[in-house]
Amino acid sequence: MQGWIPLVPESASSFSWHVDALYFYLSGVTLFFTLLISGVLIFFTVRYRRRTPYEIPRPIAGSHKLETLWTIIPFLIAMTMFGWGAKLYFEQYKPPANAVEVYVVGKQWMWKLQHATGQREINELHVPVGRKIKLIMTSEDVIHDFFVPAFRTKADVVPGRYTTLWFEATKPGKYHLFCAEYCGMNHSGMTGSVYVMEPREFDNWLAGNTSNTSPAAAGQQLFQTLGCASCHGANGEGGRGPTLAGLVGRDTPLEGGQTVRADEAYIRESILNPGAKIVAGFQPIMPTFQGQVTEDQLVQLVAFIKSLPGGTGATPGASPAAANPLPSPRASGSPTQNIR
Amino acid sequence: MQPIESFEVPAPPKVNYINAKYGLKSWLLTKDHKRIALLYLGSITFFFFIGGLYAMMIRLELLTPQGDLLQSTTYNKVFTQHGIIMIFFFLIPSIPATLGNFLIPMMIGAKDLAFPRINLLSWYIYLLGGIVTIYALLAGGVDTGWTFYTPFSTTFSNSYVVATGLGIFINGFSSILTGLNFIVTIHTMRAPGMTWFRMPLFLWSHYATSLIMILGTPVIAITVVLLAFERLAGVGIFNPALGGDPVLFQHLFWFYSHPAVYIMVLPSMGVISELIANFSRKNIFGYSFVAFSSLAIAVFGFLVWGHHLFVASQSVYAGMIFSFLSFAVAIPSAIKVFNWTATLYKSSISYDTPMLYALGFIGLFTIGGMTGLFLASLAVDVHLSDTYFVVAHFHYIMVGGALMGYLGGLHYWWPKISGRMYPEGWGRFSALVIFVGFNLTFLPQFIAGYLGMPRRYHAYPPEFQVFNVLSTAGASILGFGMLIPAIYFVWSMRYGKIAEANPWHLPGLEWRTQSPPPTENFEVTPIVTWEAYEFAPPEETEVVGKFGPELERI
Repeated sequence: MQGWIPLVPESASSFSWHVDALYFYLSGVTLFFTLLISGVLIFFTVRYRRRTPYEIPRPIAGSHKLETLWTIIPFLIAMTMFGWGAKLYFEQYKPPANAVEVYVVGKQWMWKLQHATGQREINELHVPVGRKIKLIMTSEDVIHDFFVPAFRTKADVVPGRYTTLWFEATKPGKYHLFCAEYCGMNHSGMTGSVYVMEPREFDNWLAGNTSNTSPAAAGQQLFQTLGCASCHGANGEGGRGPTLAGLVGRDTPLEGGQTVRADEAYIRESILNPGAKIVAGFQPIMPTFQGQVTEDQLVQLVAFIKSLPGGTGATPGASPAAANPLPSPRASGSPTQNIR
Repeated sequence: MQPIESFEVPAPPKVNYINAKYGLKSWLLTKDHKRIALLYLGSITFFFFIGGLYAMMIRLELLTPQGDLLQSTTYNKVFTQHGIIMIFFFLIPSIPATLGNFLIPMMIGAKDLAFPRINLLSWYIYLLGGIVTIYALLAGGVDTGWTFYTPFSTTFSNSYVVATGLGIFINGFSSILTGLNFIVTIHTMRAPGMTWFRMPLFLWSHYATSLIMILGTPVIAITVVLLAFERLAGVGIFNPALGGDPVLFQHLFWFYSHPAVYIMVLPSMGVISELIANFSRKNIFGYSFVAFSSLAIAVFGFLVWGHHLFVASQSVYAGMIFSFLSFAVAIPSAIKVFNWTATLYKSSISYDTPMLYALGFIGLFTIGGMTGLFLASLAVDVHLSDTYFVVAHFHYIMVGGALMGYLGGLHYWWPKISGRMYPEGWGRFSALVIFVGFNLTFLPQFIAGYLGMPRRYHAYPPEFQVFNVLSTAGASILGFGMLIPAIYFVWSMRYGKIAEANPWHLPGLEWRTQSPPPTENFEVTPIVTWEAYEFAPPEETEVVGKFGPELERI
């Protein structure tokens, strides 16, 4: 530390200064009212101190005008805080369409991360400056929370769900990664670092880690070995089971007349609990894979299914590459995908 | 103007509620609300010092960043048990079960609470809950955090979760019975002439608190039962591996635990209304606004639980609604602060210890409330949730708010409760020490929190050390400050100056009987012909000129 105490952490994302600005606004209002109240309090306490033991001040009737005033004014100030905070929050939790995806699996007490290109990291995340990154996160055991103070953002990492977090780093450097949801014995050890790099440096870093299989390619192998292909087709073209190509992002009609917007959470649910949402026109014949696939493998299967070129589905911009398919950058339907 | 001295005060008789009967049995089987209040006072003080001991262990551990004093498992148990003891066994019962129990019947001119036996039962239930919890702590403790988040608490924790939960479950019934007793008492046992709008504001705030107790506490009881079902029988409710939903637990937990914050702070606000009015000899400015704001807090308090879930994968739109409602619930609290401050205008303020606590409360509660707005504000909460900012905020509410009110009230009514005066000089000194120590402990945590220091960390990056050193230094001062009243209250019971019936010269009903009061409180049932805080006759009332014809006397 430089000998003086900082008031805000380092700013390293496109959000940082937006959150800081709101924080300073809130701090200003707080300081103003705290000083106002304590100032008036101290003034009255001195000015109207008891001078003789038996003095009785005259009672004062209340004032509806004053009451109205100090109800309305704080309410209006509070509404500016609400509106500003809500607007930023909406942006913070709504991932952009063109974000690069990174998969995150939390477990007691480590972070496992995998880039769409296959590179795996433990407790470290390398990201380039100026590119939008979307984390798709889940947990193998208890609830964790992915928190990067320099990015001013965090989100819980919940078992049984995919949650998302996105950011755009703006300043190269090494930043703290914390688990911010208490997760047991070594909670305070579940920390790591986020390395923000210049894009060229980042590309070099990526190139230096080429031995990995991408999640989508790994998912394709799993798709074969688990026997998914026998019903859904080797390339997800469908058969006894519904078509998977181009599924993600599409409204899928279900038995019973409902529709579901297919997303990562829906795919995950359909693998673990196939009977929950049956696609219209199909029989509930698929066995559950609960207990047979790990969270990592689920992520790979999801990545593979997302990478399939969109047959009839509307996945604009989907990568047509089939040999080594990458998950296509794609808008997620909802900021947080709940598995019910 | 009539000097207060002219109030009729009965000559001090020899027999009072303390010496009316002797022997352990006369205490353990008492149905007197005042004796039960003392039983509670003893038990919650015991738990307060256990909780305080845990607090000191936390602060000592965090003095250095390495986590070298306690093992992480021990540290996790220590902060968990600090929270559980302080919240469920000290703060929730603190003011209602002691001062409320003692004063509610006296302030409305009644002989006792509506159900004296249930009142005693509620103390025994509290004691049983406390014993079960102490057993859990001695058997091995619990490490889930006081929030018991699933699936950690149901599946992964290797500690005494169910036993602790059972203690909290049992203790809840004590809360429910106390709340029920207060509501029935306030409705049915007011003395002739004691109309709702003549009641001291202490009663309004206890009425609002009681509503939360009977409506909210069953929810935490059910939640604990569900947690035990999953942990013991493997019923899939919260653990997704069993088909449950982990976030459901957070909804259920906070549906009680957020209103529980108001169980802790509303009674304190009631005490502060009494202190502000009585130590400035002035009727409370905007009495009905202060009274109804308590009810508004009780109602709105049930609608804001989702602000604990802004980062917990709750829908963005639900987050917005909860954020809006959280800002709305701040308004009634602001109204109270403004009215208390306005009450002091042209008043006659004494600097007795209780008033020092009241003035301290307003300052600290203002900071606590305003920093709550940071956490209600969605985008800032995303950065701040689960950091030390949150820790600082809720300690400003619970210690700066609830505990300051409790200590202020205890000093204020101590002559009535014990029949003795506490030493005024020591009182003022310790109030000052506590104020300084408290701020030094928790102000730095706001900054550490915004810088990103997560809570519940046993070891932390070294750049946060300066804030933790300040906190630990403050906590030592705070702890020292707390010991002083503990010593002089005990001392004063034997050696304190004998208290008059009405040592502060006040108009309230509780001061119109001897100190300590007789078992039946009043020799004859009083007939109330005056308004709350009526220091001078109503015809003296000054209308503040500038605010025109809509002025009216409350």
